Amino acid sequence: MPELSYREAVRDALSRAMRDDEDVFIMGEDIAEMGGSMGVTQGLVDEFGPERVRNTPISEMALAGAAIGAAMQGMRPVAEIMYEDFLTLATEQIVNQAAKHRYMSGGQVTVPVTFRTQGGAGWSPGAQHAQQLESWFVHIPGLKVVFASTPTDVRGLLWSSIYDDNPVVFFEHRTLYGIKEDVPDELEPIPLGQARTHRRGEDVTVIATGRLVHEALAAAKEAEQEGISVEVVDPRTLLPLDEEALISSVKKTNRCVVAHEAVVRGGFGAEVAAVIQYSAFDWLDAPIERVGAKFSPLPFAPVMEEFVVPHAGDVLNAIRRTVGRTDGN
Amino acid sequence: MAQVLPAERDLRRVIGDADGAGDRQVEGLGEQELLELYRSMVQLRTYDERSVVYHSQGRIGTYAIFWNHEAMQAGAFHALEDEDWIFPSYRESAIGLLRGMPPATVLSWWRGHPAGWWNPDDYRVASICVPIATHVPHAAGLAWGKKLKGERAAAIVFFGDGATSEGAFHEGANFAGVTGAPLILFCNNNGWAISTPVEAQTRAQTLADKAAGYGMPGVRVDGTDVLACFEATHEAVRRARNGEGPTLIEAVSYRVAPHATADDPSAYVDVERVEEARKHECVGRFEGYLRRAGILHDDLATSIRAEAAEAMREAIKTAEAEPPADVELLFANAYVDPPASFGSDLDELRGTLG
Repeated sequence: MPELSYREAVRDALSRAMRDDEDVFIMGEDIAEMGGSMGVTQGLVDEFGPERVRNTPISEMALAGAAIGAAMQGMRPVAEIMYEDFLTLATEQIVNQAAKHRYMSGGQVTVPVTFRTQGGAGWSPGAQHAQQLESWFVHIPGLKVVFASTPTDVRGLLWSSIYDDNPVVFFEHRTLYGIKEDVPDELEPIPLGQARTHRRGEDVTVIATGRLVHEALAAAKEAEQEGISVEVVDPRTLLPLDEEALISSVKKTNRCVVAHEAVVRGGFGAEVAAVIQYSAFDWLDAPIERVGAKFSPLPFAPVMEEFVVPHAGDVLNAIRRTVGRTDGN
Repeated sequence: MAQVLPAERDLRRVIGDADGAGDRQVEGLGEQELLELYRSMVQLRTYDERSVVYHSQGRIGTYAIFWNHEAMQAGAFHALEDEDWIFPSYRESAIGLLRGMPPATVLSWWRGHPAGWWNPDDYRVASICVPIATHVPHAAGLAWGKKLKGERAAAIVFFGDGATSEGAFHEGANFAGVTGAPLILFCNNNGWAISTPVEAQTRAQTLADKAAGYGMPGVRVDGTDVLACFEATHEAVRRARNGEGPTLIEAVSYRVAPHATADDPSAYVDVERVEEARKHECVGRFEGYLRRAGILHDDLATSIRAEAAEAMREAIKTAEAEPPADVELLFANAYVDPPASFGSDLDELRGTLG
């Protein structure tokens, strides 16, 4: 079993897909010789050449749109949007075009494009280079939305996204690129719409995405010291959502914390909380807790950034509240 | 690096009636081809005029009129081959007719009926994107893909003068330039983006001037001269196939019809200029050319018009005979594999409808 970093796992999925299938190609800003701003695509241009590892002008709208045009012709483009903050520049193409073509053609046009992007705080890039904007896309019928938190998941989910016939917005987290894990030699595709339970527990379910999966696991360890047994579930695919897995976990533990790095207000956690309260209302012993960033643009100053985005301690406090304990007691 | 010349300023013309200039002949267009071109224009004209009537009768929804733009559409179309892709704006909604798409399909599209969903692959005519210029990057992507695959096909994308102010136009054109995509960017400059005149759209002296910034030729043609539109597009297609990349064509006219059936342009257009322009409308101009060349006579013109009118009578009948759409379609096509929530939404809808 080779050990791969999250970054290498993304690269592995891309290169295997391109090796297996001539219809797969990647395009984006600075992805060729430079290997992408996060180094994800390093070396791919040497193997696949500059036409299949295509550097584009700084034109998010055009590269997203051109990927749609190529996808309409049966290609499976993977378009990289360098920072998810820049999704704003491509949103017309993703929301009004990619998501709508199948619907508006009566199912006759498919757009099997994957929009890969990354974001996330923790390295002080400021207000315009680290946002978590996944909830916007969960609001759009016609899209699928994936947010992977481990090397194994990111590899298997990216593969499935590339081969999904719907447009997929694929979120990676900046601070996870370095984390490592043993992954199987064989790439195992992970079906979209299937949650993963990282840890079993009896008292509280934490439903977490992206970096917060790791924060939640750290919080769960701490909670264990305090005698609280925590289950940690990562939906992995935000749209479609594996509602059954989340509901059945909460029906078992009777308490729920939802945790993501994105701003709490209007975040993906609100959708999860609504799903849980509707289907497991009678099972809940405490209000659902939401953990996320404070309602503020991300500060440039590291200490302030640290304050705005959530960490394991915030998850732990939320866990404690659901079992009726105040901090540390 | 190849030198990019400044864009042309003078409008290219072939038909010479307006100011006494003589008619020219176009290479590659014999009598049969010229009559085919005429037939296409009449087909489009008839479609457009009948659609305005159907709209006023409440038989189709809001409709984007293209009266006097038949020269651009038919002229450009006939310069293409069957394998070439067309990316229409709403102004070219009926251009598929020239590829054999039944007029009932296009009428159904304007009726909001699923029978109006054509499969782009069947006609190499892409779905219509209503937000302005958003299809320019798609066309660039498709054309670039054809080049990568070593296929011979090119693509043409139609858009209006207002679209050149959109970011998507700029990005798409630049992208096509950089990738050397076999693309023809065909700008229908009719002087108006709804009520905004082109002078308020750009300080560029011509829209073709923008081509130089993308490293491609910019060509200006008289947009009501079908042969000039043909010739310029033909040349652009040849460049595209030779691996010489994209071309921007600006076809100029003065809009003589409302933007759409929901628009009353009397509040903003130059009414006298409209009257003047209508006298030189494009179908009549080409008819004059064909008559002077002895190719068209009254009987033939009458029979071509009658044929087009009959096709429309049949088409509206066919469109109106379509059974009501199955409500399931509301949910069926957004995904290849619809999520479970669609099932409960559909149940609710069926319950509401009883």
